[in-house]
Amino acid sequence: MKKKKSVIPGFGLSFGIVMAMLGLIVIIPLCSLVVFSLKLSPREFWETVTRPRVLASYKVSIMTAFIASAINAVMGLAIAWVLVRYDFPGKRIMDGIIELPFALPTAVAGIALTHLTVPEGWVGKIFAGAGIKIAYTRIGITIALVFIGIPFVVRSVQPVLEKVDKEYEEAAAMFGASRIQIFFQVILPEIKPALIAGFTMAFARSIGEYGSVVFIAGNTPFKTEITPLMIMAKLQEFDYASATSIALVMLLLAFVILFVNALIQSHTSKIVSGIE
Amino acid sequence: MQIRNNKGPVKWLLIGLCTVFLLVTLVLPLVYVIFTALRDGIRAYLASVTDQYAVKAILLTVKVVLITVILNSIFGIFAAWLITRFQFRGKKIISTLIDLPLTISPIIAGLIFVLTFGRQSAIYPLLEKWNIQIIFAVPGVVLATIFVTFPFISREIIPVLTAEGTDEEEAAALMGANGFQIFTQITFPHIKWAFLYGVVLCSARAMGEFGAVSVLSGHLRGITNTMPLYIELLYQAFDFTGAFAMSSILVIMALVILVLRNILEYRGRKEKDA
Repeated sequence: MKKKKSVIPGFGLSFGIVMAMLGLIVIIPLCSLVVFSLKLSPREFWETVTRPRVLASYKVSIMTAFIASAINAVMGLAIAWVLVRYDFPGKRIMDGIIELPFALPTAVAGIALTHLTVPEGWVGKIFAGAGIKIAYTRIGITIALVFIGIPFVVRSVQPVLEKVDKEYEEAAAMFGASRIQIFFQVILPEIKPALIAGFTMAFARSIGEYGSVVFIAGNTPFKTEITPLMIMAKLQEFDYASATSIALVMLLLAFVILFVNALIQSHTSKIVSGIE
Repeated sequence: MQIRNNKGPVKWLLIGLCTVFLLVTLVLPLVYVIFTALRDGIRAYLASVTDQYAVKAILLTVKVVLITVILNSIFGIFAAWLITRFQFRGKKIISTLIDLPLTISPIIAGLIFVLTFGRQSAIYPLLEKWNIQIIFAVPGVVLATIFVTFPFISREIIPVLTAEGTDEEEAAALMGANGFQIFTQITFPHIKWAFLYGVVLCSARAMGEFGAVSVLSGHLRGITNTMPLYIELLYQAFDFTGAFAMSSILVIMALVILVLRNILEYRGRKEKDA
């Protein structure tokens, strides 16, 4: 990085405005989280974050978020594939509605999905016949998380798939590779980093999601309580020490997820570019 | 350009699978909201959305979205300018901090503002003395909304400015243009579509934010209840027609946002190709 003085004006002004807003919105609040955390006694912290009910909530959150993101990875890849490789009527509409989960408020999605999947609901009725309950179970939570996670994988994979060079596929086909072989051995390695990145973003978002999940979860202790709800419950009791303790565990988890993703990304890009 | 004839059953099977998946997960909830909102007839619908608390919730949401979009636009433009136009120490840290709100759960976003401005905070006595209410009041709702949408506009502008390079602006600066002239006449035309795109995404999230706002609002009916919080209130009181009627407004807004998003993306891409 060369260090030269830019001729473009406005550094002082931009720096001032950015630091002022960043300070007020991000830095000061985060510092107060750190300051407050330092006041917690380690024993109390450990006791709070390992209570059986809190432990159960980690399990519910991680499990449902993981399954939902895995479903989204498969379906997101299929949708990206269909949008990039095929032409069919309604393609533009399909492409256009992918971002709906970003545009629709999560609370609206939450109450609509809940009403649809209760045993008397349009979808719930079909599954109630088979004895499967969706709303107020972990299946319901998973469905809400599938809803909010769809755009992450599609929009991560789509641009990469558009750039995949078809020459390799043609070459593989000429050597007699089957379509399945071509997909798994030629195309998948190329889009794997994007697919993992999309999965990670969906997973990280799902673990912290609150609005769409609280309605459909039913919030039964030990069974369908998610971790963000545990924090919310502590906040409503004005028990800020416990809320902060659980929040720290969630933040740690989020950073671990992002870190693992960064590791995988740098590893796969080394393999793809051939430098190791 | 297809390698081989792709019209096989695999193509239609995949298209069918994706269509059904998207219809069930995305379209069905939308249709259901509108259907349930109108279930008791148009009169009940209108009564629900013109209820005095409903109107107050709508007005508060509009106010919060406007403040958020204006402040985040100012921030987004200056942040993008700072990051793409200057080399300085700590740039990486700044850009990481800007993106940080994306990785933080909305509930934790609410929590950190409670810790900053709430009763146990060091600055609480000061706020008390000056009679400033932040937690469980409108300023808290606005702060939380700004936090969750913080990087939305800068993230859209930064890639465009990076791709554009600094040649034109440097030339203008050397010819004696001031910062304002450079920005309005050279930079802004390039980032126009990306900026509007960011504004649309920011408005969408701002109007729908639930978790963070829920922590900070204190749920005071008619005072700090935004539309999503008011919907929750109605839903928990088993007023389903009312909840879905309010939701239908947000559904229509979401559809408008999607259409705008697609138009802006199309315009932006056309500009880039031209």
